[in-house]
Amino acid sequence: MICLGIEGTAHSIGIGVIQKKNEKCEVLSNLIKIYHPEKGGIHPREAANHHSTYIADLIKESVLKAKINFKEVDLVSFSKGPGLGPCLRTAATAARALSLSIKKPIIGVNHCVAHLEIGRGTLDDCNDPVLLYTSGANTQIIAFAEGKYRVFGETLDIGIGNCLDKFGRTVGIGFPSGPKIEQLASQGKKYLELPYSIKGMDIAFSGILTSAEQYFNNNEKLEDICYSIQETTFAALTEVTERAMAHTEKDEVLLGGGVAANKRFREMVKTMADERNASFFVPSKDLCIDNGAMIAWLGVLMYNSGIRMSVKDSVINQRFRTDMVDVTWRD
Amino acid sequence: MTKEKILYQGAEAIICKTKYMDYEVVEKRRIKKSYRIKNIDDRLISFRTKEEAKLMMESRRYGVSVPIIYDVDLEKGIITMSYIKGDRIKDILNDLNEEERHRVCKKIGMSIAKFHNNDIIHGDITTSNMILSDDKIHFIDFGLGEKSTEIETKGVDLHVLMEAIESTHSKYSNCFNYVLEGYKEQLKQDPNLVIRKIEEIVKRGRYR
Repeated sequence: MICLGIEGTAHSIGIGVIQKKNEKCEVLSNLIKIYHPEKGGIHPREAANHHSTYIADLIKESVLKAKINFKEVDLVSFSKGPGLGPCLRTAATAARALSLSIKKPIIGVNHCVAHLEIGRGTLDDCNDPVLLYTSGANTQIIAFAEGKYRVFGETLDIGIGNCLDKFGRTVGIGFPSGPKIEQLASQGKKYLELPYSIKGMDIAFSGILTSAEQYFNNNEKLEDICYSIQETTFAALTEVTERAMAHTEKDEVLLGGGVAANKRFREMVKTMADERNASFFVPSKDLCIDNGAMIAWLGVLMYNSGIRMSVKDSVINQRFRTDMVDVTWRD
Repeated sequence: MTKEKILYQGAEAIICKTKYMDYEVVEKRRIKKSYRIKNIDDRLISFRTKEEAKLMMESRRYGVSVPIIYDVDLEKGIITMSYIKGDRIKDILNDLNEEERHRVCKKIGMSIAKFHNNDIIHGDITTSNMILSDDKIHFIDFGLGEKSTEIETKGVDLHVLMEAIESTHSKYSNCFNYVLEGYKEQLKQDPNLVIRKIEEIVKRGRYR
């Protein structure tokens, strides 16, 4: 089965074409175009305008790159939510138009669940992981329990990526700030104490952001502040993930989301996993960030388990929570 | 050294059953984590060990069942406490009949109110951290606890339990209402302030 997936929850528009082969996901093409605001954060309408400008060409290009023709596409999948309304609607509209014109079924999927399933679908031995999903907007620890993907821990205020970007904006290093902060942090030496806020398996970042900004205003070295932010936030994330693993008695950890690109972050989670004899997984970078292939793959899993959606029902849901999805495709 | 038995290896600590001056005791040893820098590791281990011991002793004074503390080693991060023989609530809650479950959850709520009345925040109220023994709910693992007078922190404290019940006992999520029933009965300040706060915290979460 070949599926074309359209991802459009936030600042990226992604089209992926995948094929199901031996129960695994084979990515045929996975194109991503990212909206970069000139200044400030993402303006939802402007991001949506960006998506609608490129989406039609991107769909054609992805089919071409997958070396198939439109007739071979069996299913059209799109990100139903959660995300920014205008962006979601742009992706969903494109999915409906495509589904109707090639006369193939449509299915809307949960973006967060897709991040987890693409790990299971593309990585060997990744079967029942605890997902640490860290992106701009999202910071969740997700695992399968009692028929659903449940959120065992999550941020109580802002996403980790958002925390890094906000700090980046304050100190003027542009968006996305994560890579720049990583680079600066590698030159930092002095640890500046920052609040470490964990509640059960939940986590909070806003206090860290405020303190880091104060250090900046007090002329502490930017390298040291970046180093301290990384060490503190990543340690806290690693800790809540370990707590979730102990709580759910699972021995696999999977990273997902854009922040997973950070080397220090990967190293910390891997060390934690090694020390408890657990397996550590990260999908390739283009499957870690928001992408169409993961949307396509989850579409296939859901469709094959018997889920159907009519165009009429293909509405988006900005607040589509992870635990609202009935997981019909695994035991 | 007397013979030891590892009762539980958690994310943060190893729980060992051992002997201390002929008493049957449990040692909670916090594990050094090499993923975090020494500065953060030392600070967390010593701070949490101290806070935990303090909060446990104080909770006991206010009538909450907790293990008796015999010894605290801040540098190594070890708390030696009495051994409580019983069942973790996590392991038994789903198997109780409705009436029993109601009764046990109500008791849990009453105990939480007792420490909240005295501004003690547990910090990690999950069903893994409660032991039913001698028909009393014993609370363990105050490692993420703190003292706070704020409605907000009390709300967050209960919100952790709400999430734990939703994820681990999803078929019996009415349990949380039973907990609140006991909580309301025992709390000295207006419990609706805290309950409204929980609703606010839920809404504050992503996509609620």
